[in-house]
Amino acid sequence: MRALRRPVGVAGLGLLALVLFVAAFGPVLWGERATVVDTGDLLAGPSAEHWIGTDNLGRDLFARVMVAARLSILLALAATAISLVLGIALGAAPMLVGRRLGRLITSAVNVLVAFPGLLLVLFFAVVFGVGARGAALAVGLAGAPAFARLCHTLVAAVSERDYVAAARIAGVSRVRVLLRHVLPNIAEPLIVNATMAAGGVLLTFAGLSFLGLGVQAPSYDWGKLMQDGLNGIYVHPLAALGPGIAVVLAGLAFNLTGEAFAAAPGRTRPLEAAREPAARTAPVAGTSLSVDGLRVTIPGPAGPIHAVRGVTFTVGDGEAVGVVGESGSGKSVTALAVAGLLEPPIRVDANHLVVAGEDLMAAGAHRRLGTSLAVVFQDPMTSFNPAHRVGPQLAEVSRFHQGMSRKAAFARAVDRLRAVRIGEPGRRARQYPFEFSGGMRQRAMIGMGLMGDPRLIIADEPTTALDVTVQRQVLELLAEVRRDTGAALLLISHDVTVVTDVCDRVLVMYAGRVVEELPAKDLRTLARHPYTRALVAAVPDMETDLNRPLAVIPGLPVDPTQVPSGCAFAPRCPFADDHCRAVAPALVAGVACHKSAEVGR
Amino acid sequence: MRNPTGGRWPRFALRRAGRLLGSLWVLVTASFLMIHLVPGDPVRAALGPTAPADLVLAHKQELGLLDPLWRQYADFLSRLLSGDLGVSISSRLPVGETIAHRLPATAQLAVAAFLLSVAVAVPIGVVMAVLTRRGRGRRAELAFTGTSVVVGAIPDFLLGVGLVYLLAVQTHVFPVAGLDGPDSYVLPVLALAIGPAAVLSRIVRVEMLAVMEADYVRTARAKRLTPLRVHVVHALPNAVTASLTIGGLLLSSLVAGTVLVENVFAWPGLGSSIVASIVAKDYPLVQGTVLVYGVGVLLINTLVDVVLALLDPRSAIGES
Ligand code: SF4
Repeated sequence: MRALRRPVGVAGLGLLALVLFVAAFGPVLWGERATVVDTGDLLAGPSAEHWIGTDNLGRDLFARVMVAARLSILLALAATAISLVLGIALGAAPMLVGRRLGRLITSAVNVLVAFPGLLLVLFFAVVFGVGARGAALAVGLAGAPAFARLCHTLVAAVSERDYVAAARIAGVSRVRVLLRHVLPNIAEPLIVNATMAAGGVLLTFAGLSFLGLGVQAPSYDWGKLMQDGLNGIYVHPLAALGPGIAVVLAGLAFNLTGEAFAAAPGRTRPLEAAREPAARTAPVAGTSLSVDGLRVTIPGPAGPIHAVRGVTFTVGDGEAVGVVGESGSGKSVTALAVAGLLEPPIRVDANHLVVAGEDLMAAGAHRRLGTSLAVVFQDPMTSFNPAHRVGPQLAEVSRFHQGMSRKAAFARAVDRLRAVRIGEPGRRARQYPFEFSGGMRQRAMIGMGLMGDPRLIIADEPTTALDVTVQRQVLELLAEVRRDTGAALLLISHDVTVVTDVCDRVLVMYAGRVVEELPAKDLRTLARHPYTRALVAAVPDMETDLNRPLAVIPGLPVDPTQVPSGCAFAPRCPFADDHCRAVAPALVAGVACHKSAEVGR
Repeated sequence: MRNPTGGRWPRFALRRAGRLLGSLWVLVTASFLMIHLVPGDPVRAALGPTAPADLVLAHKQELGLLDPLWRQYADFLSRLLSGDLGVSISSRLPVGETIAHRLPATAQLAVAAFLLSVAVAVPIGVVMAVLTRRGRGRRAELAFTGTSVVVGAIPDFLLGVGLVYLLAVQTHVFPVAGLDGPDSYVLPVLALAIGPAAVLSRIVRVEMLAVMEADYVRTARAKRLTPLRVHVVHALPNAVTASLTIGGLLLSSLVAGTVLVENVFAWPGLGSSIVASIVAKDYPLVQGTVLVYGVGVLLINTLVDVVLALLDPRSAIGES
């Protein structure tokens, strides 16, 4: 009952209980009052005796609204039930009657769904005639296509699953598979949707009765009461508004209840304010990137996640630095943080964070990074805006930051596309991203970074999403760009081979900290941290197939919400002892391990 | 995908036209069958139990109900192609004339209400998305969703009644009913537009929230553009394409919603006439009106798909 923990759920269920109570006992409690004719008190306004006045026969309207609840609710539920049953039958039909006929039914449903419900209701109202029963049938039939579509989608998803396939292979009849295996698994979303639909049906029904097509005198539901009331709206507005309010409340009761059960997401607790104002330190001279004590905290449902826990490093001018680690080690978050791309409520703290000469902890620095920092993201398929052509997306940088005209900026974009070796750049620049292959997009992304004059390129897993051959090309392009522009590179990768090939220096991250820092050429041979060794050991030798996934390091990465107080690697470390588990090792002389001397031997 | 620009548009046009024709056929056939699905004798029901038998027979003859079914269907189609919708049973006027006379008032109402709801919903949805993204502005979010759920749950005709009470009966700002000068548009258009605006603004907000987390928005931020430019140039077009599909559904349900609102405001459109003709069992008139409404809905859906394809070229090649 997660839904009950949310105010919406409480309000919805409370209202629903009230509405159902009135529907059940309304006629018993108010039935008599509702029929008492008082000719001395016709069309009276609200008074202590008649809360919302009387109708043209002097009958108490409040009592009539209460009594009408039963018929209104019953008709709505009946119509919803018709929709639901028919919808399930139509939606599950493709599974029962074979492919051909099923296709036909599905496309018929698709055609019907396009028509608004009210139009279908009117159509069926013609067929079934005016009156409560006809209206219930009309509303029920009109609601069926929507349920059929929903049911079809749900059934399609469930019938992919193993146990359904197994039951089928075992020769269980189709109807039985549907009843025993499929329906129970889609019952919950169906019921949630039926609840919400019942709210809508209630309103539709009120509309029909209001039009005079639904419930006929002497019976009355809320819609009929409204119709009667509308004529007297000058003298007696509550006669129309009273039943209207009842309809809205009842409709809301169904809607809110359904909604609360449909979406009861976990709440994330906001972060408390920054603990201590970070001590300011000065950046290291001669660097394109200098960061000290970087901490990144992300609010999560189970408390804050400390994704990066005090990381200090520099990237010298023109230098290439790699960051390796498993997923969840905080390496990508580090990249996004130093690129200044993390937004509140994620919190970024650092003693200093200076990128391409701009202090990111100060205001206004971001805009100037537009030309001096290039960022290449992991997934080139999603990193371009699908709604704009490629050329203008590149040109935007120059137009916005360098004040170029549309034409000049586009010419530069074409030139940059040529520089990253995209064939026919003039034609390509006028295409949409979806017309580019993955490798081409990644090259175009690098070209976008070259629109300015980058001092630093941050590349977050730039080759992970690409084919092996394309990976090579992109890495070569990055190297070439660095040769031509003299830009420094911060390369994030889980792939030790990529990093050793491209970089001068490597940082190894684990559980939000740098655990080792060493020249790239020493990574395979001179690593002193047990984690680095395990990481390298997972890649057998220099001739490694780049396609191969990282061999598994025993144990799981640390749960970022519960980082242990001692060494985070201790649960997976063959060298761990009690000291390791109690005291976290600091990064000293390039390694954070109590036993580095022992390990290095 | 190799050469998508080549045959993309012709193929899209062909497929979409095929779907439109298919749906039209379903619509036409359904409205033809409508009179045959009525249980009992429809003409007897229309004319009442006291009508003399030869009058009933004459009417049946006129409606062609005595011919074999296939023949009736063929006649119906050929008459339809020549624009002949038959003659109303009660008024003895050509149905086409009645509809042509009443359609403009309904169309004006629907279009005005749609434009108003889009004009209100898109900015509200965008602003709310920016204010409440990533769990910020919890209170604003709660107030917004609460209001839009409640407002969205009030049916348009009830809003109409409420508006009449507040702005016409109580304060005499606007006329109560009828179509008489620009003033008389205000209340019906408001009644029709408020509900869809509430729903649409919620959808726009949700779509914007999703789009703002997309990788390409991060790319836009990496270009260090102003937040306004990131939201309006990079996020909004993608959110709009996603919202448009639902906006189209909304527009077509708005067309149907005119039926109720017209009855509240005694609006001289199709909505008042279809209800009267259903009650009077004037089948030719009902048939014609249902056809017109249905065609309107189908045209709107097609239009939405075309706009969608222009805004987002991928949707034109997708779903083959
Ligand atoms: S400090 Fe201890 S537990 Fe941590 S890596 Fe070194 S030896 Fe292993």
